[in-house]
Amino acid sequence: MSNSLKVPVNRIIPFSSVDGPGNRTAVFLQGCGFDCKYCHNPETRNLCVACGRCVQECPTGALTLVDNKVIFDYNKCCKCDTCIKVCKHGASPRIRWMEPAEVLEEVKSNMPFIRGVTTSGGECTTYPEFLKEFFRLCKDVGLTTLIDSNGSYDFSKDRELLEVTDGVMLDVKAYDLNEHINVTGTDNKMVLQNMEYLASVDKLFEVRTVVVPGLFDYEGTIAEVSNKLSAYKTNIRYKIIAFRPNGVRQEYRNYNSPDRAELDRLAEIAKSKGIKDINII
Amino acid sequence: MREISMERVNKTREEMLGVVKSDVLTHEQKVANMANLADSLLEVLDLPEGLDDLLNKGIDEQCICDLFEGHAPLRPRYIIPDYEKFMKEGSEFLQLDPPKDLLEAVNNLLIFYKHVPSVTNYPVYVGSLDKLLDPFVQDMDEEMAEKIIKMFLIHMDRTILDSFCHANIGPEPTKAGFIILKVIGQMQDAVPNLTMKVDKDLTSDELLLAGVNTALHSAKPSFANNKMFESELGKDYVIASCYNGLKLGGGSYTLCRLILGNIAKKATDVEDFINDKLPYVMDIMARYMDERIRFEVEESGFFENNFLAKEGFIHRDRFTAMFGLVGLADAVNILMEKEGKTGRFGSNKEADDLGVRIMDKIDEFNTHHNNKYCEATDNHFLLHAQVGIAQDIDVTPGTRIPIGEEPEELIDHLKVISRFHKYFPSGTGDIFPIDATVHRNPEYVMDIIKGAINQDIRYLSFYGSDSDVIRITGYLVKKSEIEKLENHENVKHDTTALGMGAKHNGHILERKVR
Repeated sequence: MSNSLKVPVNRIIPFSSVDGPGNRTAVFLQGCGFDCKYCHNPETRNLCVACGRCVQECPTGALTLVDNKVIFDYNKCCKCDTCIKVCKHGASPRIRWMEPAEVLEEVKSNMPFIRGVTTSGGECTTYPEFLKEFFRLCKDVGLTTLIDSNGSYDFSKDRELLEVTDGVMLDVKAYDLNEHINVTGTDNKMVLQNMEYLASVDKLFEVRTVVVPGLFDYEGTIAEVSNKLSAYKTNIRYKIIAFRPNGVRQEYRNYNSPDRAELDRLAEIAKSKGIKDINII
Repeated sequence: MREISMERVNKTREEMLGVVKSDVLTHEQKVANMANLADSLLEVLDLPEGLDDLLNKGIDEQCICDLFEGHAPLRPRYIIPDYEKFMKEGSEFLQLDPPKDLLEAVNNLLIFYKHVPSVTNYPVYVGSLDKLLDPFVQDMDEEMAEKIIKMFLIHMDRTILDSFCHANIGPEPTKAGFIILKVIGQMQDAVPNLTMKVDKDLTSDELLLAGVNTALHSAKPSFANNKMFESELGKDYVIASCYNGLKLGGGSYTLCRLILGNIAKKATDVEDFINDKLPYVMDIMARYMDERIRFEVEESGFFENNFLAKEGFIHRDRFTAMFGLVGLADAVNILMEKEGKTGRFGSNKEADDLGVRIMDKIDEFNTHHNNKYCEATDNHFLLHAQVGIAQDIDVTPGTRIPIGEEPEELIDHLKVISRFHKYFPSGTGDIFPIDATVHRNPEYVMDIIKGAINQDIRYLSFYGSDSDVIRITGYLVKKSEIEKLENHENVKHDTTALGMGAKHNGHILERKVR
């Protein structure tokens, strides 16, 4: 059984201030079914196919191709990111396959400075069995647990996962179906169903929308999402995130970032619909 | 008093005339400089043999530094008056009765501050302001209380012309404490410096979070580990000057510092440093401090004649002295090189272990050195991680990791400093600029503080990386005031000049932003 719980870990950020309340360790798992145009870590979408391109380009020889697998030597890495820039497959060779207990060991070295963990990605709900075991272990040592999700996983069918999850931070990339398909390459039926389901069982910590002028009707999305959420009693935070080109693939980097006045206007719209906790990033 | 040469007299006279004619110094700064130059002509201390060679050298060679205390100390370096007593009893010398309301309270305090000497000629401690003012804000209009306290703080900033001036709040939440944090958060002033004592059993999340929010805007308060200080100094400790733990109603006679990097330069290897060069310098510095203390207590007359002592606002037997050091990182790196090793302090376990070994050696020396006038601290000095002075070039403050070499991850930085804070009851601290515009998550900083006080970390400071007022090494300075001074304009606080030196020589604007 333990073998089946090994997951590809892209990276572990010891202290994160942007992945939920307080200081948290953020665990990024590899692999995501969405293909968002503005994705700022596109190298977390897919698993390595061992094409070997990064091995040739690595300036420090940290990567080698052995038995049709790319082997990564952490100590030789100079963190120049050449490997992920040249990858044609939206993957990263710098992946560690780890058990829940191994991840917890790394997390524990950040205690007592953190209050919890946040799993992100990629899309961490690609690995629900890992999450359940990992979160159980986190709870045992007194840490809170949050999931950062694109909403593609049917949470309503996995009570066991929600029992060990303190909250979900859900991305609503676009409210309109066709716009969602345009932004992410997939439909949003499950996302919207999750939004209401998680709100109804008090597991929706936060909803996030990235504002990308020219890509989709973000104003409509924020208004609709706010409308839906205001029906629930709990105080759900709406995080309105400005598009930034950092990390975005070259072909999608030319979108403009919204200015502060525009973000404030959107916050006002959310507020007018009854959202109390609004965070502009 | 020993004779001195006419040559030295004339050189000093030239320097005095230079001060008189200076176009940058304010009047107060000129007066203070003139006094220091006059003092420099006195030779009354019985100096230990070998001191001259260690003390009177350039910054690349000097092994002991006495931090401008002068040749004939006419007062202790740091004085910590018992303001609680003053509020209860008033002062006969100052002809002040105990205050009956908030206006009288702040007026009395502002008068008192003008009569508290120190090495800077300004008070280095202005009281636990929340406790002093809390009784007077209970039943009054909150808006008026805020206005009065704001004016009180502005008055301090504009008249206490040196930012080695420290107020305390906490660890318990009080109405006055919240008001102080609120009005400080509305301003960006350097004076007074402020420390919040933090205790997991006494400090509420609400107070700690208010402190963090104020710090990210105004670079203060800093956060002190209350349980740690209390276990060493007792409940009646305060934080004064930069971040110095001292006894209420007492203070510190003197502060000298070892410049560890320069001592390491003289050593052939690690063993020579630990067993020969370092003990030799420590012995001379300790005896130099003994002599300074002897003069202050036995000859200066301060403790017999000053009203603070006469009326019981200070007690001679609550004083101690601070055995300071700078450049632990420099010494470790120099010694590692001499051993043919590449590891550097802050990022290599062997180098950090060497740092711990050096600190254990210094600590051991200090616990074996006795001074009969330091009864308050078991007849020993207190170790102090000194923050550096403007003239320091290639000298790393205290036990800090050099700017530019901070570990990539904050957790690794905190793990290093948690090995060193425990040695310094009379003060140490680390400073972290925070990118507050990106984070918008003050609880992130709160969690780090809560973790730190559980991990033997003594004292932490944070400031917003885009803030005008910033923490230089321990004290606060406004970047805009440094720019004025760089343009040769007058500035009111003498510490601005120190900040300018630290900006150019200590690269303090290049700290790693967290």
